[in-house]
Amino acid sequence: MPRYGMVIDLNKCTQCEACITVCKLENNVQIVSKENAEMGRAMFWMNMLTKNYEGDFPNIRPETLPVSCMQCDEPSCIKVCPVRATYKRDDGIVAQIYPQCIGCRYCMANCPYTAKVFNWFKDEQPVEIEKSYNPDVSVRPKGIVEKCTFCIHRLQKAKEQAKAEHRKLREKDYQPACAEVCSADAIYFGDLDDPNSKVSKVMKDYRRFALQEELGTKPKVQYLSAMSE
Amino acid sequence: MDNHHYDEDEVLFRPIYETGKGFYALACALAAIVVFGLVMYIRQLVFGLGETGMNEPVSWGFYIISFVFFIGISHAGTLISAILRLSKAEWRRPITRMAEVITGIVLIIGGLHPVIDLGRPDRILHLVERGRLQSPLLWDFTSVSAYFTASSIYLYLPLIPDIALLRDRGGKFHKLYKVLAWGYDGSEKQKHALERAINILMVLVIPIAVSVHTIISWIFGMTLQPGWHSTIFGPYFVVGAIFSGIAALVIVMIAFRKAYHLENYLKEIHFRYLGTLLMVMSLLWFYFTFAEYLTTFYGHEPPEMRVFDYKFIGSFAPWFWLMVACNFIIPVIFLSNKKLKTIGGILTASIAVVIGMWLERLIIIVPSLANPRLPYPTGIYVPSLTEISLLAAGIAAFILGFMGFSKLFPLISVWEIKEGRKESVREVTERLNEYLPTSKHVKVIEEA
Repeated sequence: MPRYGMVIDLNKCTQCEACITVCKLENNVQIVSKENAEMGRAMFWMNMLTKNYEGDFPNIRPETLPVSCMQCDEPSCIKVCPVRATYKRDDGIVAQIYPQCIGCRYCMANCPYTAKVFNWFKDEQPVEIEKSYNPDVSVRPKGIVEKCTFCIHRLQKAKEQAKAEHRKLREKDYQPACAEVCSADAIYFGDLDDPNSKVSKVMKDYRRFALQEELGTKPKVQYLSAMSE
Repeated sequence: MDNHHYDEDEVLFRPIYETGKGFYALACALAAIVVFGLVMYIRQLVFGLGETGMNEPVSWGFYIISFVFFIGISHAGTLISAILRLSKAEWRRPITRMAEVITGIVLIIGGLHPVIDLGRPDRILHLVERGRLQSPLLWDFTSVSAYFTASSIYLYLPLIPDIALLRDRGGKFHKLYKVLAWGYDGSEKQKHALERAINILMVLVIPIAVSVHTIISWIFGMTLQPGWHSTIFGPYFVVGAIFSGIAALVIVMIAFRKAYHLENYLKEIHFRYLGTLLMVMSLLWFYFTFAEYLTTFYGHEPPEMRVFDYKFIGSFAPWFWLMVACNFIIPVIFLSNKKLKTIGGILTASIAVVIGMWLERLIIIVPSLANPRLPYPTGIYVPSLTEISLLAAGIAAFILGFMGFSKLFPLISVWEIKEGRKESVREVTERLNEYLPTSKHVKVIEEA
């Protein structure tokens, strides 16, 4: 059984935020109104955090960090869920069961990465946007929690394709939208248990680090630190 | 029947048979608040939890605060009444009933709050069908329902002899009383069985009450959040619960003493004794708060300090210091000074404590969520009209429930007062005789 993981090279990242945009489109993540976004209800499965600013205006160099669900091997969110609406699959992906969630938001309170988002309102979009919804991903109802799933629907599709073609799943068959779209090739994605996969090779880089490893959550989304010139 | 109508404790029955205009006016006003809250809740059901002020990262707000607060108040009752009964404190007699009623009503209101807070209340039965016992929320669900069961029986049992008295008087609600009295006729055998049941329950109810608030604290304590992940939370919450419980009890007692002219039963000494208890709890609360924040400050871990600074000098500082004033400074000033420890003074201290304990829940819940570990912008939480009106509705429903109870049953345990009058002096004398060392003192007491 594979164990999917991701490494983001911050040295390559150009802060273009294409991963964030494509993630919203790929997964039909609700676009909220301006007022709600200002209240802190903007919904992102992948978010860009600004750690630091260097330099003075107008020559600012922000130090940023693309953050999605860390897909922890020891997730603190599934521990507290009262109804098993979030669980870890055998392939390591921390998944959500939308019809099971009661919306208590306990998992959000216990996520040290603040990676989960809540549907505060019903998803209501202009017809043009609704037409462009990804048919592979369900639109979530109001009142439940959601988060990054490593584009699990793509895995499903790739598996079926491979089965139909009587072959094994190849690494390039299954890539989440963010990894695919990244123009700088800063996002590596694949099987961490396969020593020959690109991602497990990159994992050995001396620049590798993970967020809040000290909490023991064992995140499967990790980073390569940016080198300063 | 007319003979029955004269009773030296007649004043305790009077509210059941006579209702003034003021009562109806107040009941209507309170009902209006409750109905308004209900309308706002239905709005929230239709449009979603976006109607509240909650957001990311502050994903819990007023509802969870009120939940912890109301369940805390519920400790007034059962716990205080059980401890006073267990320690054979004779002054408990006119107090226990009101304390137990508070528990019953407030538990229903408090228990509803997590449901109000759910994004999908229609799926509430998932907790039963596929609940995970590993989740502290399930522990909570279990312990609150156990507590509600135990404390409503504990309210009902000592009520039976009074219901029997009401039944024998006839008149209003005769049929209801007949059913509820369970054929109680005050025979020796029945009395003995009842007392035994009360004794078993009062011992049982103490660990349940302690566990309930410990488990509520664990909802927070079990998480990794800075400011929450603390071993002190269990006892800290229990102390806070008893603290706010006593304060609520004092307020209710003073209000109904005035409204129903119970001055002869609830004397100043009762309030002074409760005031002393409140003072002790205030000092204990301060001790726990001090210990909690000093360890945080001394350890100086960055994520913890973000929350700490937010409370002490940041956006929440006004609330934090108001809480310290309400929970420590005001009660200690009013309760440690003999001149200020009047009924008015004790009432002031109690009101301050109830406000302060609500603020304490606010200060525990919001700042930890507003300051995530990763460099997200600090969260801002402003409650919406929906949340404020549901808080008001909760308080109004509590008062309304209490008023409703007072129209059906006596607010002071009549049979226990009668029993006290008949037997207490003899029992206490006997007990004292057992304590005292020499026979010389015995004589003194007998003579007196």
